[in-house]
Amino acid sequence: MHIPDGYLSPSTCVTLYAFAASGWYSALNRVRRLLATRMIPLISVFAAFSFVVMMFNIPLPGGTTGHALGVTVAAIVLGPSGSILAVSIALAIQALFFGDGGITTLGANCFNMAIVGSVVAYGVYCLIAGKSEVGARRRAFAAAIAGYVSINAAALLTAFEFGIQPTLFHDASGTPLYAPYPLHVAVPAMMIGHLTLAGLAEAVISAGLVSYLQSSDIGLLRGIQGFPGMPGVANSVEDPSPVRLWWIVGFLMLCTPLGILAAGTAWGEWSSADLGNPAARVQIEASSGNRAAPSSVPAGLQKLSAIWTAPFPGYAPRFVKSAGFGYILSAMFGVGLLLLAALIATRIANGLGKWESRS
Amino acid sequence: MSQSFIESTLQGFARAFSKALISEQAAIQPGLLQSLDPRVRVVGILALVIAVVLCHKLAVIGAVLVLGVVVAVASRLSVWSLATRVWFVVLGFTGLISLPALFITPGDRIVLVPELALSISAQGLRTAALLVLRVETAATLTTVLVLCTPWTHILKALRSFRLPTEIVTMLAMTHRYVFLLIETANQMFESRQSRMVGELTGPERRRMTARTAGVLLSKSVELSHEVYLAMLSRGFDGEVRLLTDFRFRVHDYFGLTGFILAACLAIWMGR
Repeated sequence: MHIPDGYLSPSTCVTLYAFAASGWYSALNRVRRLLATRMIPLISVFAAFSFVVMMFNIPLPGGTTGHALGVTVAAIVLGPSGSILAVSIALAIQALFFGDGGITTLGANCFNMAIVGSVVAYGVYCLIAGKSEVGARRRAFAAAIAGYVSINAAALLTAFEFGIQPTLFHDASGTPLYAPYPLHVAVPAMMIGHLTLAGLAEAVISAGLVSYLQSSDIGLLRGIQGFPGMPGVANSVEDPSPVRLWWIVGFLMLCTPLGILAAGTAWGEWSSADLGNPAARVQIEASSGNRAAPSSVPAGLQKLSAIWTAPFPGYAPRFVKSAGFGYILSAMFGVGLLLLAALIATRIANGLGKWESRS
Repeated sequence: MSQSFIESTLQGFARAFSKALISEQAAIQPGLLQSLDPRVRVVGILALVIAVVLCHKLAVIGAVLVLGVVVAVASRLSVWSLATRVWFVVLGFTGLISLPALFITPGDRIVLVPELALSISAQGLRTAALLVLRVETAATLTTVLVLCTPWTHILKALRSFRLPTEIVTMLAMTHRYVFLLIETANQMFESRQSRMVGELTGPERRRMTARTAGVLLSKSVELSHEVYLAMLSRGFDGEVRLLTDFRFRVHDYFGLTGFILAACLAIWMGR
């Protein structure tokens, strides 16, 4: 998954460096606030640990072996901010000193593995572990799933970055200038190895390490001095008030009418009505490189589009006349539904936690 | 079977030590790159790597590869060490990855293999060649930089480019403790291997690996406490101070100009 120099175009590298830089900046600020002077030795030694764990040959079922990233363990023990920094430092040493991964692609590698890997691992672990006891077997299971999902999320992102190269960067004769495989080749080629060997290796090492820590060094699962530890575990530090987040959500909801400014329909989101409308067909053909649209509405599309009618089609409820207000109302409805889903998921997770602690 | 996974891990550790040792030895030899200011080396090689990524012409990328080899030879690096460390490895990995592109990239057919119902397109051949040559060249340049520059100098050069001091310090400390932890893990695996008289089952092997990693994690955290206390005892107050005592000399200006000119020329000719 370590992308070498030359596989990604310069603009992809710059974009992913920018994404990674924002992740590094917020992680560094957060870790500075939490740890102050203790940060440097702790992150450094943890980065060294992640580096060495990446060199372990993990025995897998079937007699084969694989390599893990160690990002899940870092996320569980240090939290996502500490993990982002530690794994990024380990990846930088690999690229700069051992030539594993490129210099121009370091941003992409850190974004995929350190940032997305850490955040996904932490999120999945918290979701599955819930408020279970720190020594519960459910936590080892949660670590395994978190490891498996995070490594595959990082691999999928890498495959996507490879897959968009031939579409976006080719010369006049159609020769791809960087990674040569389109998405329909890059995604399965990348995911087969990660859904089997690499994902399994990360799951094995994550679950094994959490089990080991539960029996031998349980304090590390409660968080290291200054780091938050896992939710529901004693010694954890409460996150800052979510008021600021609510302000941001409210502001974004008010901004939703900006969508009206965009002309036409998003590419590939055409309805059967659009395909039947001559004016819309002209726009579809223009946005598809002047390729002719189907002469009639595809039968499958027509049949399936009649199955479900959205209550707010096109973010414009029928009972609202103002398009702008319709957008805001749709945003409020959408946010409300997501909050309801999150509330139900939290209740279920808490219920499972209580059930497990009783048993 | 149980021995093979321990042995392959031990071999990985040995390779890392060997690479580090070769780098340290090459970095202190007198040579072209070694005589330049580390900042010139970092900026110059980085400019060439960026130029290679921007180039779209095989001949121009090939010319930058030749330049990289000339610089390596002038810096007293052996071509054979570059071949074994970079060229064969890249050819094996990227060559294998780019092989199917020869056949599945649509375009003008230049070779037809009717028995296998396969054909090679001109576009497929060019994209595979571009990928392999670009990766070979970028990896060669990076390796030449790493082999000719002590790690501490690379870090000092990064610091002079305004990288946050905390990041530079963490990179330096991580590099130092990577080898200590590799040594610790090596000893754990060796001691385990010396006590094994039979075959381990699959679950036992996985438990053993997880336990070793777990002990290494506990030791790492303890080590970070010790390092922190040692830093405090030496007066560390949270502020990182690094010495950057590099001085530009006349030949550094010539070297920097040469690298930048070569990179600009490659970008211009490789459009």
